[in-house]
This record gives sequence, C-alpha cells and structure tokens, in this order.
Amino acid sequence: MDRLPRWADVALVPFVSLTLAALISALVIIAIGQDPWEAIKVMVQGSVMNAYGWGYTLYYATSFMFTGLAVTVAFHAGLFNIGGEGQAQLGGLGVALVCLFLPWPHWTLALLGASLGAALFGAAWAAIPAYLQAKRGSHIVITTIMFNYIAASLMIFMLVDVLRPPGKMDPATANFPPETHLPSFNEIPGLNLVFTSGVPANVTFFIALAMAVVVWLLLWRTRLGYQIRAFGKSEPAARYAGINPTRIIMITMLISGGLAGLMAINNVMGEAERLLGNSASGAGFIGIAVALMGRNHPVGVVLAALLFGFLFQGGAELGLWTKIPIELRTVVQGLVILFTGALDMMVRMLLTRIFALFRTRKLEAA
Amino acid sequence: MANQSGAEAAYAIELKGISKAFGPVQANKDINIAVPKGTIHGIIGENGAGKSTLMSILYGFYKADAGQIFVNGQLTPIPDSQSAIRAGIGMVFQHFKLVQNFTVLENIILGAEEGQMLNTSLTKARKELERLARDYDLEVDPDALIEDLSVGHQQRVEILKALYRQADILILDEPTGVLTPDEADHLFRILKGLKEQGKTVILITHKLREIMEATDNVSVMRRGTMVATVKTAETSPEQLAELMVGRKVLLEVDKGTARPGEVVLKVEDLRVRDEHKVERLKGISFEIRAGEILGIAGVAGNGQSELLAALGGMQAATGTATLKGAPLPLSGAGSDGQSRRRSGIAHVPEDRHHHGLILDFTAWENVAFGYFNDPRYQKNALFMDNDAIRADTERKMAKFDVRPPIPTLAAKSFSGGNQQKIVVAREMEQNPALLLIGQPTRGVDIGAIEFIHKQIIALRDAGAAILLVSVELDEIMSLSDRIAVMFDGRIMGFRDPEKTDERELGLLMAGVTGKGEAA
Amino acid sequence: MDYATLLQLLDSTLRLATPLLLACLAGLYSERSGVFDIGLEGKMLVAAMCAGAVAFYTGSAWVGALAGIAGSLVFALIHGVTSITFRGNQLIAGVALNFLASGMTVLVAQYLFGQGGRTPPLEGAARFNPIDLPLSETLKGVPVIGPFYHEVISGHSILVYAAFAIVALTWWVLYRTRYGLRLRAVGENPAAVDTAGVSVPALRFSAVMVTGVLCGLAGAYMATALQAGFGKEMTAGRGYIALAALIFAKWRPIQAMWACLLFGFFQALATRPDIVEGIVQVKIPVSFIEALPYVLTVFVLAGFVGKAIPPRAGGEPYVKER
Repeated sequence: MDRLPRWADVALVPFVSLTLAALISALVIIAIGQDPWEAIKVMVQGSVMNAYGWGYTLYYATSFMFTGLAVTVAFHAGLFNIGGEGQAQLGGLGVALVCLFLPWPHWTLALLGASLGAALFGAAWAAIPAYLQAKRGSHIVITTIMFNYIAASLMIFMLVDVLRPPGKMDPATANFPPETHLPSFNEIPGLNLVFTSGVPANVTFFIALAMAVVVWLLLWRTRLGYQIRAFGKSEPAARYAGINPTRIIMITMLISGGLAGLMAINNVMGEAERLLGNSASGAGFIGIAVALMGRNHPVGVVLAALLFGFLFQGGAELGLWTKIPIELRTVVQGLVILFTGALDMMVRMLLTRIFALFRTRKLEAA
Repeated sequence: MANQSGAEAAYAIELKGISKAFGPVQANKDINIAVPKGTIHGIIGENGAGKSTLMSILYGFYKADAGQIFVNGQLTPIPDSQSAIRAGIGMVFQHFKLVQNFTVLENIILGAEEGQMLNTSLTKARKELERLARDYDLEVDPDALIEDLSVGHQQRVEILKALYRQADILILDEPTGVLTPDEADHLFRILKGLKEQGKTVILITHKLREIMEATDNVSVMRRGTMVATVKTAETSPEQLAELMVGRKVLLEVDKGTARPGEVVLKVEDLRVRDEHKVERLKGISFEIRAGEILGIAGVAGNGQSELLAALGGMQAATGTATLKGAPLPLSGAGSDGQSRRRSGIAHVPEDRHHHGLILDFTAWENVAFGYFNDPRYQKNALFMDNDAIRADTERKMAKFDVRPPIPTLAAKSFSGGNQQKIVVAREMEQNPALLLIGQPTRGVDIGAIEFIHKQIIALRDAGAAILLVSVELDEIMSLSDRIAVMFDGRIMGFRDPEKTDERELGLLMAGVTGKGEAA
Repeated sequence: MDYATLLQLLDSTLRLATPLLLACLAGLYSERSGVFDIGLEGKMLVAAMCAGAVAFYTGSAWVGALAGIAGSLVFALIHGVTSITFRGNQLIAGVALNFLASGMTVLVAQYLFGQGGRTPPLEGAARFNPIDLPLSETLKGVPVIGPFYHEVISGHSILVYAAFAIVALTWWVLYRTRYGLRLRAVGENPAAVDTAGVSVPALRFSAVMVTGVLCGLAGAYMATALQAGFGKEMTAGRGYIALAALIFAKWRPIQAMWACLLFGFFQALATRPDIVEGIVQVKIPVSFIEALPYVLTVFVLAGFVGKAIPPRAGGEPYVKER
C-alpha cells in the first residue's frame, strides 16, 4: 500500500474521521425528527459564543485534558488504560481527604497538597493492574475495567458509610473549608474582565496545559520517555536494549493513573468543593476518545479536549433548549472513538485510494 | 515436452509466466517452471529470491498478478488454498500451521472433516493415519497434543495433514531449517519413500547440500526470476552457487592473520533454561582473546541464540563468566542489556526486526537504541540531546554508506541491507571490547555482505574480541580465526578453519565426534 | 437463615444469572474465534431497548425478542466489519460500541415514547411470563426437594430455561461438531485454518453473529422478562460481569454456567444485605457484595486461581503471512 503524505497523516485522517462521525450524528438527529443545523447552532451559541459558555467549555476541556493525557501516556507504552474513570474517582477521594483533614492557610498550598493527593490516589489505583500486567501477565484492559467497578463500589462505601457527615442524607462529603477554594476564571484579575459571571472553569485549566507540555517533554525529550515509546513499539526489542519491562509498565501506569487522578482538582476541588458520588461522571472514558482523536500527541489531546469540551457543554445546551436528549454527546463520543480508533485503517485506505487516483491523473496529464 | 492432450501428463506442475509484486517490490517476474511427475524437484535461491512467494502462489495463499498454473496438464486456477487442496497440492510451511493445544488427529481433520459431526471424522482419520504411518514411515501418536511434540514430529504431522487430504504434490518450504541433522536425514528418507509411491515433491531450500543429496532436478531463482533448471546429477554445488548469486562467488574474505592478545571473555559451564524449564545450553565453556574472531557453527536451534541472549543480557543463565578478568553477572542485578553495554559488550542481534531495531522509530532514534544513557547523547540531567544523536547518526551513516543517508527516515523505510548497516554501525562504533554478532548477513544483499564482513575484520584488527554466530557455514569458515561447533546445547569441539573442511564441521554439527573426542 | 429464605435467594440467583449467562455464552463464541468483545454490554443494551419498544408496540414478547436480536446483530455486524474486515483494534471497537449503545438507546426511546429514555411499562403477553413446570404444585408437599422444585426450578420465564439449554448446546457445538472444531482452531491459530482451506473472515463473522444473537436474547430478557420495559442504562455493567465470568470460566461453557450462577448469587445477595448480616454477624456494606464479582475476577486474572489463558490469537486481526 502506498503511504500517505505526512500532512495527510497528521491532519487529514483525523479530520475525515471527525467529519464521518459528525455526518452520522447529523443523520441520527434527522432520524429522531430534529434539525441538525438547528442543533449545531444551539451548541455553538451555548458553548463558544459568550464568556459564560466558554467558562463551561473550558471547565470540561480541563478534565478531558487530564484523562486524555493519561490514556496517551499509557498508549505510548502499548498499554490501553481504560481505568481512567476509576483512577479519577480515587483522585477525588485523595483531594477530599487532603482538603477535609489537613489545615490549609492558603489556596495555593491547598492546591499543591490536593494535587499531590489526587495524583497519589489515582496512581495507587493504577498500580495494582500495572503490577498484575507486569508480573503476572493479566491483561490490563480487563483489570482496569474491573477496577473501575471496584472503585465505584469503594466510593459508594466511602461516601455512604465513612465520609458522610452525621445527619446528612445524600452520599457526599462535607463542604471543603473556604481556604481550599480555587479561583475561578471570574475571580482571576484580568480574566474577570471577560468572565463576569460565575463559571466553573478555574486555575486548574493552566495546570492541565502545563501537564500537556510536561507530557510532551517526557515522551520526546527524556530517556524515560524514549524507553516508554520503545517498549510500546516492541517488547522483545526493548529487552534487547536493556529496558526493564516491569519498571516501564509500573512507571507508565503510575504516571497515567496520576494524570487521571489529577483531574479531580478540577471537578472536585475547583467546582463541587466537596466529593460527590460518581464524581468523574464519564470524563475518564472520554479521555479514550480524546487521546484517539488527538493521535496520542499532547497538542492533539489539548485540541481534542477543547472539542469535547464544546461537545459536552453544547450537548448540555441541547438538552436544555431542544428536544434532542443530552445523550447525543455519548453517541458522538462513541462515533469518534469508532472512527478515529477502530476504523482508522478504513479511513486511511479511503484516502490512499483518493491520493493514488490524483497521482495517476497527474501522470496522465503530464 | 508437456504432453497436454494425453491421459498421462508428464508434468505434475507447470507454471507459466507467473508474476507477483508487493507494492514496489517485484517478488516474482515472469516465472516458468515444469516439475516432472514422481520426482523430487528442488528450488534454490538466496534469501528474498522469491521462492516462498512462488510456492505460496501455487498453494493459493497469494494471488499472482499474471500467469497460469497447470496441474497434471490441466489449466487450474488456484484462487485460494481450498482450490490447491482440491487439485491435490499440499504444503508444509516453514513456520508450521498447527493448532498447539489440539491433538494430532484434530489438526489433521481440521478443514477436511467428513460431515458436520466430529466423531465420524475422527474415527475415519484414525484408521487412515495408521495406514499412512505404515506406508510412509510416518509414526506419530494421534492423541498427542501438538505442543508436546518435538519439532521433527510436528513436521510429520504437517506432512500427514497433506497426505490425508490426498495430496499428490507436496511442497516443503525450507523444511530442514529447524531440524537436527538426524531429523533432516529422516525427512529425506520419507521424501524418497513418497517419491517411490508416485508422489511429486517440491523442496524449497537455500542449502546446496540438501539439493545435491535429495533432488532429481533443481531450479535456481535469483531476484525474483527463474535463472535455470538443470538435472541435479549433471550439476555441481559450485555451478549452482554461481547461478544463485549471478557471478563467481565463494566469498573469500581478504583478511590477515590474527594476532590474539589477552583473554577478553571467559565463559565456564554456561547453562540456560527456557520458559518451559527445558535446558537449552548444557554447560558451555570457551574463551575469546582480543583481536580474535570465534565463530560458532551449528544448525539453527542448537543453543546459539541462547548463547547470544545470555551474553547480551537478554536471558538469565547460570555458570561463570568474566570480561577482562572482571566477573560478568549472568542473572539478577547487573546482567541486563544496559549493564552489558556499560561493561563494553556490543551486540548485533540475530533478528534485526524483532530485536535490533524499532521499525517505527527514525534512523536517529534507532542509533540511540540501547545507548540512550550514553553521556554524549544527554543535554543535561533531565533531557536527551536529540540534535547530538542526529549529528552522530549522520556521521555513522556516512561511514557505513547507509542509503539513503537521512537520519529522520523511519527504519522500516530502509532495505534489509541498509537496516543491518544501521545496527552494525551503532554497535561497532561503540568500540566494544567484545562484539556479539549473530547472523550478520541474513537477508542482506551481496554488496552489503562484503561491506559488513570487511567491518568485522577491521574491528578484529583494532583489537576487539568477536563472537560470531551464523548458520551459514561459508561465512563461519571465511571469517573465523577459530571455530566452535554447537550441537544440542553443547560445544562439540573447536577447529582451526585452515585445518578443517565442510565435511568435518558438518559431522560435528550432526553431533558426531569423529576422532573419538569427548563430547 | 431458614430454608424458605435460601430458596428465595436461589430463585433470584437463577433470574439474575440468566442475562449474565446469555451474554457470557455470547462472548464465548466471539472470543473463541479470536475476536475479543468488550462490547457485550452495548449489544445487550441495544437489544433491551429494541425488545422493550417492539414488545410494547406489538404486544408480543416474542416479536420483541426478535427485534432485540436484530438490534444486537446490527451492532455485532459493526464490530465484525471493524475488527475483521478493516482489522481495527477490537478493544477500541468494543468501547466505541458501548458508548454508541448507551447514547442511541436513550435517544431512540426518548424519541419514540418521550418518557425520559424509558419505554412504557409492559404487561401481559408483551412480557415473557413465568412458566409453571409440570407437577410443580403436586410435588410441592415433598420435603426439601418439593419446595426446591416449586420455588427455584419452576416458575421462570422461557428464556431462563433457554439459557441453560444453550449451555448444553454450546458445549455440544464446541466439542462435538465440525463448526466447533474450526471455531476453536481459528481462535488459537488462524493460519492453520486458512491453510486448511477454510475462510478465516467467514468463520469469525459467523461467530460474531452468534454473539449478536445471544446478546440479543440477553437484552430481551432484561427488558421483557426480568423487568417490565426498557430503562436507561438498565444493563448496569452486566456485560462486563459476563466478560468476567467468561474469564473466570476460562472460556468453557459448563464452567461459564457455574461462574454466572456464582455471580448471579452475589447479585441476589446484594439485594438482601439483611441475610448477609444475619450469617456473618457483621454489617457488610452492600457495595462490598456488589464488588465481589469484580474482585474475584481480578484474582483469577492474577493467576491465583489457576491461570486464565485466553485464546492465543485473540485480539489480533488476522493478516496472511508465510
């Protein structure tokens, strides 16, 4: 098979995949008797046409950047971490414990402490599947799925039986002390000129962007990243080169779980300011779509996270203002994963044919 | 002349004008060949000459781009394996196509079952198997699981599979590559038995000895074309070799006498067990001096790979080893590939695709492969200096004449010879005290072979100790200063290449120690 | 715990184990053929929605079940095209289908019925109703066995009995028929099947279709037997528990049945925390019992209860090579 030019590989393939997903979504909207054009107008209006919408879009995007980066790092080591959801929930637990049981004089210190707690708990939740993969060959996809369910049960237990304040009915922790409150965009000098009303997007957004840079540096500029990528491409070759498989699997999954856990500072600490049930609300899974869409590159992940932020906020607006249920965004999410992740080969074959056609035309013309 | 009108055609197989391309690579170009009935017909050629592709087309595994296939004088299109089987063609692939956790019987009936129910098929197959075993000397336990059988027995199952499907024409692709000399001899007896029963056998190999020993006629392929078909009795190995390569060969390497210095590597009682706890190296002892090449000869699978893996830090072993007098750990801490490289051991692995290179990585990333901790490649404590690696890659590519000399090109985009040059350049340019080099020229074109051989000699003359493993006896004989022959995980003896010949080495490789020497 | 309570528990075990068992057997076909399927959940969900909706319109549980199978088959087909024809990543395809199902079912149900993604409650012939087995009333008086027969064995919908019949059928197909031999072979070494002149894609597609049919039954059972209608996310991870059971059973049908009964038993226990507390004399949080199947599966995966070795060619698209 002929190869695609590099620009097509980097930009055109995801674009075509995305277009296909969008087209089918439009068909779905038509099938349930609604107007796709109207839908896109509502989505755009509600998510990117005003500061308030952006405040939500960026808030969601922040979470997706973390989980997308988590999936990306693991992918480069050849590991499919579906456990982002559970790791993010555990990260929430870490944040809650740090915020509730340690005294914090100022939000900056609290942010540092909570980040540490979130990353540690998320990493710990990834550690067991990682260890089982490295030492006992248990397939990490299945173990991380199992750990998502175990995490859900554990969180219910923690919230119902342990952390719920006495006398309260709903399964949630007490509110975090005000010292741990993270500045939202409407509270940050400068930004508050644009974001005039209260929005959930907060300083964590900048941490997410920083993490994207860190992940890029890690993967393409450090020895560890080099080893992670080499191991992901070929385990036997890695062994030849003296790369320790157990070490790489463990470290990669700890980083991945840590990144997924970090998401909790955005939603638990930055937004809810207490730990609720099902805190990750699917963001762990969206990380898979974001990583695939972003071609497992931090830049792509940031862009894909923004897109999914838009989709999430826009989808919520659809639920509010139209008869299209909010679940449309789950459909789009599934389609994006299908086309960018599983049907990659189909899109490539299609494009290669088209390119070959143009090439022969050119030859004939010449 | 083919008698196409008569009831009895003279040829079992005739291929006319077969062509096949994989992308830009023309694997077969207008191939014509006729195989007389009831003969053993050899097809010989270098790696990548197109032998296996041609036979895969005949077995319906690939579709030819052009050309016709005649079976017993009849034009027979073979679009898939099912059609090949129906036409009476059976194939024994180089890598066996058996279900490991099935019994022999289950493997034999797979795809050739009688009706929907298994029981009837199994009963019938059991009877048929008994008959075949009697007729062709192909004993094998029908209820044994494949994974419990030796390689030789697994091959018998493959032959039985074909015979059970009433194949009259049997194709064997490099059947002896994985066999011990004993098993190979047994195989050739079986093939002769098949011929006597009227079957036609096509034997694909790159080993001249087998052609001379077992075949009636031989066809020679070179770079996708059919060069000649001759009667085996009327040719010689020298003539065949020349036909295969297209010019006068024997690769006489221009080398001066060795001037061995101090002992670099000393190995005693080296033992390796595989994951099934089977001992693959059964107590190996040898030493290599500076400025000396020790060649390891032997049939593939007699422990050479394990020897390289153990010394290269890829596999744990027991025994003792010293490098320049310092102990070399064989298991646990300090026995990994990184430690080996730090202590001055470089390793060109046998399999560059699975071990030596990351095919998706660029050339420059591959030049740092295994040496990513090298201080020259670091910018500071945190980051690697990718620019420095690229510059180093350019230098190495120029010195080893890698084409195209583009460091940012992916390794998979280079030809086999140039890929190997990248690996060899990376390892040799470390100026190692000891170089482990396995199958240095496998799947490499003649030009690159000569270049790589020269580099090996040059490294020796610069004072490195070199352990050379190759299944190509010519290569061993022309490069080595001393030869050790391995058989069944042991060293059968050491020989001086000046004072030995292929016959003597061949006997040692078969486990026969001629001069009453202790094994 | 008295005998009557035990019988109640076992009765709900059977009912709760049935969808697990059907999905588990569904997964067995696909995975034995070398196509890993973490999309069982999605196929069940789609089937449940289709079955619920069509049963409501037609008033027939049977037509509903057929619709469920059809819906599940569409998803199976997508999975097949993706992972067999286009050699895509089987796991990613499964994940995608689960999301697609999760969203589509709500979208369609909301469009059809406007009840927040649910179908209206089903009644009468629109559900698979309990069947009283022969002599159930007569034998009721026989000590120990009588009540067991009456309470536990008798009085389930036809699909429960079908599920157990399919266990036997699957065993027979797998180990006694030509199709079973080829199915087991293609999951272990597709090249062996290919060179024996049997089409690998056709064989794998057939297995994936069987998976679709069985997932269809599992979903139909959820919406028209276990419950009276489709509800949003009603499968609630059963597809994954079925997958866990399949691994637990090491991809064998009889063992799959025991695994599903065990996991069904845990689910039954989770609905009765009072019983658990009565037995162990300590208050056990319900969430712990709910997590048991998953924890158990991790133990199995870790090789502490014998090694679970999946079909050797599983997860890898088949590419011809010499």
